[in-house]
Amino acid sequence: MITAENVTKWFGPLLAVDDVSFQVERGEVLGFLGPNGAGKSTTMRVITGFIPASGGTVKVGGFDIDDDPLEAKALIGYLPENAPAYPEMTVEGFLKFAAELRGLRGVARAEAVERAIRTCFLERVRHQMVDTLSKGYLHRTCFAQAILHDPPVLILDEPTDGLDPNQKYEMRELIKEMGKEKAIIVSTHILEEVEAICTRVIIVDRGKLVFNGTPGELKSKSRTAGNLRVRVLGVPTQDVVARLRQADGVKGVDVLDETAGVLCRLAGKPDPSLIAQVVVGAGWKLGELAVETGRLDDVFREITISDTVAEVAQ
Amino acid sequence: MRSCRNTWTLTKRELASYFASPVAYVFIIIFLLLSGSFTFMLGQFFPRGESSLAPFLMWHPWLYLFLVPAAGMRLWAEERRSGTFELLFTMPISPTQAILGKFLAGWLFLGIALLLTTPIVGTVEYLGAPDWGVMRCGYLGSFLTAGTFLAITSMTSAMTRNQVISFIVSVVICLLLILAGWPPITNLILEWAPWNWLVEAASGFSVMTHFDNLQRGLIDVRDLLYFASVMVFALFGTGVILKSRRSA
Ligand SMILES: Nc1ncnc2c1ncn2[C@@H]1O[C@H](COP(=O)(O)OP(=O)(O)OP(=O)(O)O)[C@@H](O)[C@H]1O
Ligand SMILES: [Mg+2]
Repeated sequence: MITAENVTKWFGPLLAVDDVSFQVERGEVLGFLGPNGAGKSTTMRVITGFIPASGGTVKVGGFDIDDDPLEAKALIGYLPENAPAYPEMTVEGFLKFAAELRGLRGVARAEAVERAIRTCFLERVRHQMVDTLSKGYLHRTCFAQAILHDPPVLILDEPTDGLDPNQKYEMRELIKEMGKEKAIIVSTHILEEVEAICTRVIIVDRGKLVFNGTPGELKSKSRTAGNLRVRVLGVPTQDVVARLRQADGVKGVDVLDETAGVLCRLAGKPDPSLIAQVVVGAGWKLGELAVETGRLDDVFREITISDTVAEVAQ
Repeated sequence: MRSCRNTWTLTKRELASYFASPVAYVFIIIFLLLSGSFTFMLGQFFPRGESSLAPFLMWHPWLYLFLVPAAGMRLWAEERRSGTFELLFTMPISPTQAILGKFLAGWLFLGIALLLTTPIVGTVEYLGAPDWGVMRCGYLGSFLTAGTFLAITSMTSAMTRNQVISFIVSVVICLLLILAGWPPITNLILEWAPWNWLVEAASGFSVMTHFDNLQRGLIDVRDLLYFASVMVFALFGTGVILKSRRSA
């Protein structure tokens, strides 16, 4: 549905997007991660046809965004980063206006506006002026504008920014639900969100694409992925540590907790069944045994850390 | 068809936004007050004893010089400042429709202000038997001048987020368009240097030359073409500037 090929964007001497390529199909929710200034919003602006790329091509539903901009744009719903809306209009007036620009008239327009108001919980503010809206409601109004025409492609730049926890939850559920038949790109700084809603993740760092895969694959790149957590009950801590340190594949033992038995983390990705045998073989009681899946924020930091390091080095 | 509807959708929104703020009413009141006082004080409406709109309409380019940039400076500057620019240019509409839609709204607004001055026509008729053709022509000239200045303001307003800068630049450009053919200036130049050809060429570019023709009741295709081409040029310029703003 969305194909970006070698997209490059220069702002004067600044290379904001550097040769980025990826694809998003229907049924996919693509999480777009990266540190501040990495080029996420710029890439989204190129895809939506707001700014022309310096190089590369973008196709939406088979239409080139440069050659057939109107056909491509008709397929896209876009929530820009700062959720702009006309301040002197009411929420309802603004949505009607947007629906009209989307080619909806009469009954179709009224239905689309009602549906969007219901979906985004805007009933309470429908007659309120946009410039008096709170940040979260403004965000929801602009999001409502993006889904008016039920587009097959959604580009959402930080859609949960400024929403309260309940609304964040609703928004994630909505994105997950819509992701079943649409192609969606979501940028975010909230890593749990990626795990909750995205089927695929890409990470950009200083304009370059540095990761493209599933959230699971991303997590497995974590240094802590594959480590074991094991809890042994009723045995002194030093005995447990001494015994486990000698087990095959264990590169280190950290004691995490001593309140209910001993909870240790075994580094070096040892074999869980082997560790279970060791514990049981020693005649100890095994309270818990788990394989750590890795943490997204660890991986994110590892992949994009070069940024800060490079700045310090300069 | 679709493109006309898009343009009209934009025009409606923009026009409503004029009237949603007090600026519109302030503008109309100032326009009516100034055009009235210029007519009766500077224009010597009654002492002339003529039954004509000349002392009223002759001041319009000078009023528009400040009022039109004031009414139009927000056209694109505001759109860029509030970020709705991004929304507009990711909708399935062409830049031409967007530029035209917003321009037409401004022009309609100026047209409404101009229509509100029509009671003066009643006064003229009370004074004697005016020439209706000349009066209609005079109003047309005034309306076209307003549109020309507005197109120029649309262009300057696309250049910057700052409405004040947009206002000043458009006043300067409009002033040049007035002065290039304004007799006190052209006579001064002629006294100083007898370059008839230069003065004539320059006054061909002036709003005043073409405005005056219409005030005399002459509808000449060349005058209409002049207004149309300045408007098209300035709106085209708006498009070029907006495009360059988007890529940088
Ligand atoms: N119009 C512009 N002119 C010049 N530079 C720009 C422009 N827009 C963005 N940039 C620069 O391009 C780079 C990428 O910006 P972008 O907004 O895409 O980052 P981002 O990944 O969305 O960051 P954030 O997480 O803070 O939203 C930044 O260095 C930014 O300063
Ligand atoms: Mg951003």
